[in-house]
Amino acid sequence: MPLNAANREIPLSLPGFDTIKAFEGAFENTPLVRKEKGIRNVPKLNKLVETVEQAVLKTELKDGMTISFHHHFRNGDYILNMVMDVIANMGIKNLTLASSSLTDAHAPLVGHIKNGVVTQIYTSGLRGELGEFISNGGMENPVLIHSHGGRARAIETRKINIDVAFLGVPSSDVYGNSNGYTGKSACGSLGYAKVDAEWAHKVVLITDFLVEYPNTPFSIHQDQVDYIVKVDSVGDPNGISTGATRMTKNPRDLLIARNAADVVVASGYFEDGFSLQTGSGGASLATTKYLRDYMIERNVKASWGLGGITSQMVKLHEEGLIAKLLDTQSFDLDAVKSIAENRYHTEISASYYANPLNKGCAVNKLNVVILSALEIDVNFNVNVLTGSDGVLRGASGGHSDTAVGSGLSIIVAPLIRGRTATVVDNVQTIITPGETVDVLVTDRGIAVNPRRQDVLKRLKETTLPLYTIEELRDKAQRVAGTPEKIEFEDKVVALVEYRDGTIIDVVRQVKS
Amino acid sequence: MRIVKRGIAGTLESSDVMITVSENTKGGIEIDLKSIVEKQFGKQIRTVIREKMEELDVKDALVEVNDKGALDCTIKARLEAAAYRAAGIQHVRWEEK
Amino acid sequence: MEKLRRTMLYVPGNNAGMVKDAHIYRSDSVMFDLEDSVSLNEKDSARLLIFNALKTLDYEGIETVVRINGLDTPFGEDDIKAMVRARPDIIRIPKAETAEDVLAVEKLIEREERAAGVDPGTIKMMAAIEGPLGVINAYQIATASKRLVGIALGAEDYVTSMKTKRSPEGMEILYARSAIVTAARAAGIYALDTVYSDINNEEGFIEEVKLIKQLGFDGKSVISPRQISPVHRIYTPDHKEIDFAVRVIAAIKEAEIKGSGVISLDGKMIDKPIVDRAERVLAMAKASGILINEDEI
Repeated sequence: MPLNAANREIPLSLPGFDTIKAFEGAFENTPLVRKEKGIRNVPKLNKLVETVEQAVLKTELKDGMTISFHHHFRNGDYILNMVMDVIANMGIKNLTLASSSLTDAHAPLVGHIKNGVVTQIYTSGLRGELGEFISNGGMENPVLIHSHGGRARAIETRKINIDVAFLGVPSSDVYGNSNGYTGKSACGSLGYAKVDAEWAHKVVLITDFLVEYPNTPFSIHQDQVDYIVKVDSVGDPNGISTGATRMTKNPRDLLIARNAADVVVASGYFEDGFSLQTGSGGASLATTKYLRDYMIERNVKASWGLGGITSQMVKLHEEGLIAKLLDTQSFDLDAVKSIAENRYHTEISASYYANPLNKGCAVNKLNVVILSALEIDVNFNVNVLTGSDGVLRGASGGHSDTAVGSGLSIIVAPLIRGRTATVVDNVQTIITPGETVDVLVTDRGIAVNPRRQDVLKRLKETTLPLYTIEELRDKAQRVAGTPEKIEFEDKVVALVEYRDGTIIDVVRQVKS
Repeated sequence: MRIVKRGIAGTLESSDVMITVSENTKGGIEIDLKSIVEKQFGKQIRTVIREKMEELDVKDALVEVNDKGALDCTIKARLEAAAYRAAGIQHVRWEEK
Repeated sequence: MEKLRRTMLYVPGNNAGMVKDAHIYRSDSVMFDLEDSVSLNEKDSARLLIFNALKTLDYEGIETVVRINGLDTPFGEDDIKAMVRARPDIIRIPKAETAEDVLAVEKLIEREERAAGVDPGTIKMMAAIEGPLGVINAYQIATASKRLVGIALGAEDYVTSMKTKRSPEGMEILYARSAIVTAARAAGIYALDTVYSDINNEEGFIEEVKLIKQLGFDGKSVISPRQISPVHRIYTPDHKEIDFAVRVIAAIKEAEIKGSGVISLDGKMIDKPIVDRAERVLAMAKASGILINEDEI
C-alpha cells in the first residue's frame, strides 16, 4: 500500500471507490494557492497579469473560439476595441464575437471583420458605421440579433458557448470580486456581464480601479474569475452615463408622455402595488414623471420597477412611490448612485430579468411597460432595429421580452419623424410580434390592439384621442406622403432571433 | 423667370430643406439632391422640384437640395423663395396663385 | 357653441418643423408669425412657407391665425396678398394704434378677397394693441371692423413706451389689461392677454393665468406648447360650477316643456346672465375634455 505525501498508507481502491487518488501535498492540486506566504501589502494570492496580451495567452484563446463582452459602458466603452486590437495583433482569427450589444463606440470592429479576426457576431444591436458596414453586406455570415433575455437563454443552454469573456469592471480586488458602482468608470448594474461571468469557460476582468480585498458588495465574484488586468481606463465616463438624465423639454415628447400616462391610469392596471418598466427615451422618461403626479394625486404606489433604471425611476423609489427596483442596466449617474446606496435597488442578471427558459424571469411578473419604436405596422409588429432606409441602427434589447411578459405593453413614438412615418403597412424588421403589443401612443393619436378589447373599452370612457391603427397610418401618409419601397439584395445580413431561439425575421443587404 | 444669380432659401434644421438655385450654363433643370430620406422620397422630391420650376417658368437652373426631411409643401416654399431670389425678383406674383 | 380661445400658440413663421405640426398640442388657435420672429431678409421665405403650409396641411379644425407685418413696413401688403389666398381663419394685425389701422388692413383684405375670388368677409381679423395710444383707442379699434373677432394685448412694446418694464405681479399693465378687456366686452368680441415669456417659470405663469381669467380675459397667447395645458386647466370649470350649470340648463328645458315663463332653481329666479354663464361653463367643460352626460341636461 503506497504512502501519500502525508506519509499515510492509502489503498488504491475500495468498494464503492474504484480509484482513489492519494494526497500529493497541500499545493499540488490547487493552482491558485501559492507556497510563498508573503506579507499583507504584497498579496500572496492574486490573479493579476500585466497586460491584456498576457491574459489572452493564459486563456489559451485559439482560432475559431467564442469571446464575449458586455455593453454596460455603452458609448464610452474602451474594452472591446482594446482587447480586439490585442487579439488581432496576436494573429488569432475566425472568432465568434458574442457581445451583449454593440454601440457607436465599436466602429473599429469593421477592420477586424475585414481582416478575418471576427467572422461571426451575436449581439442585441448594431449602430453607426458598423451597422452600415453589415447592412451593406460586409460580413459573410449573417449577424445573429438576440434580445437580452434571448442571449441569457442562449448562453445558459450553451447555444452560445463562451470560451473567454473579457469583462470590463469599474472596480475589482486582486481576486476578482468586482462591482459596477465603485470607481471613476462606474456604470451601475453589471446585469449582462453577470451571465458571462457565470457561464464562460474563462473569465478575464479588466479594470482601472483595484481595491482592497474583499471588494464587497460584489456583482461578479472571485470564484468566477480567472485573470485580472489593470489598465489606465476602461471607458470614457461621459460615454458611460449621461449624468443625471434630465427631463425632456421637448413638447412633442411631453405630449406623448402625457397621453401614455393617461393610458396607464385608465387602463385598469394602475392600482396600488402595480409594477412598471419605463425606458430611457425622452417620452418614456416623461411618462414616469407624469405617472408620478398621478400616483401622488391618487395615492397609488408601485411595488416594484424594472429596467433599465433611470433617474426618474430612482426619484420615485426614493420618494417611496416605488418600493423596490430591479436593475439590469443603470442608465445614468443617479441610477448608479442609487444602486450603490439604496438597499432595495437590487442588481439582477439578464437571465433573472428576461430569460424565457429559466425557472422564472422578472418580465413575467411585470404589469406595465413603456417601450419605444422606430416603426410599428398595422398588425402592431414593432421594429426597433432597422431604420426606414433598411439600415441596421438599433437594438433588440429587452423589447420583445418585456412586451410579452408584461400585462400591458405600451409603445410610445411620434407618428412622424421628420418625413418618416412611424406607423406603416409592414415594418422593415419584426423584433416584437404584434400579438404581444397592446397600445400605441403617438403625438397625433392613440391606437389599441384589437385583441385588447378590455383596454379599449376602458380607454373609450376617457377623452383620449383614439383611432384605429389604420387611421393613424393614413394620417401619417397624408402628411408625409407615400414612401417608395426600399430595395434589398437577396443576401441576408442579419437573423433576428425571437427570445425563445426561433428566427422571427431576417435583415437583407441594402441596395446601394 | 430667368435665373441670374445664386439664390438660397431654407435651413438645415430637421423637417426643413436648404435649396440653392443658380444659373445652369449647360441648360435645363439640373437637380443635385442630398436627402436623409433619399431612398424613400428621392423620386417624389425631384418630381416636386420639376413641377414647381415648370410652374415658375424656369427653364435653366441648377438646383442644389440639402433635405432634412422636409414635407412637399416646405420644399415648394423653399424652392420658390430660392428661385425668386435667384431671379432677382422681389415680389411674388400672388395674383396668379 | 361659443368658440373657445383660451390659448393661441405662437409659431415662428420661418420654422418649418414647428409649422408642420403646430396643431398637435391642441391649443384653441395657432398663430403663425410673419412679424417679429422672422428676420428682415427671411420675410419672403417665411411668407411662402406659411402660404404653402396653410394650402396643404390639415390643421384638423384648429383655428389658424397669421400675424402679418404692419402696413408701415415693406412686407405688410405682400403678407395680405399671400394670406388672403392661403385662407387662414384670422389675420392678426400687429401694433394697432387707431381704428384707421384696422380699416386700412381690412380694405386690403377685401380688395384681395375680390381679386382672388374669395367671398368678401371670409377672413376674420384680430388686432394687437401694443402701445399707449392703442390702449386709449381700444374701444374704437375693437369696433372698427365687423371682421374683428378679438383684440389682444402685446405688453412688451407697451411697457417700453410706458417707460417701465414687466414685473412678475404685472401692476404696470393692469390698466392696459383692464382697458382692453373692457373694450372687448363693450364691443362683444374676444379679449386675449399678452405672452408670458419665462417658459421655465411654471408657477409664475399659473399665477398670471389666474389673474387674467379673473380680469375676464378669454385667453392668452402662449409661446410654448408646454404653456397650453396649464391655461386649459385653469379655465376648466370645477365640478361645483359644472353641476350648477347642468341644473340651470335642465331647469330651462323643463320650463320650456311646461311652458312656464319664470324659471327658478332652488327657489331663486334664473335670469339671462345666469343662463349665459351656465352655457359658457358647459362649453368650457366639454372643450376641456370633461364628459357631460347629455341626458342629464
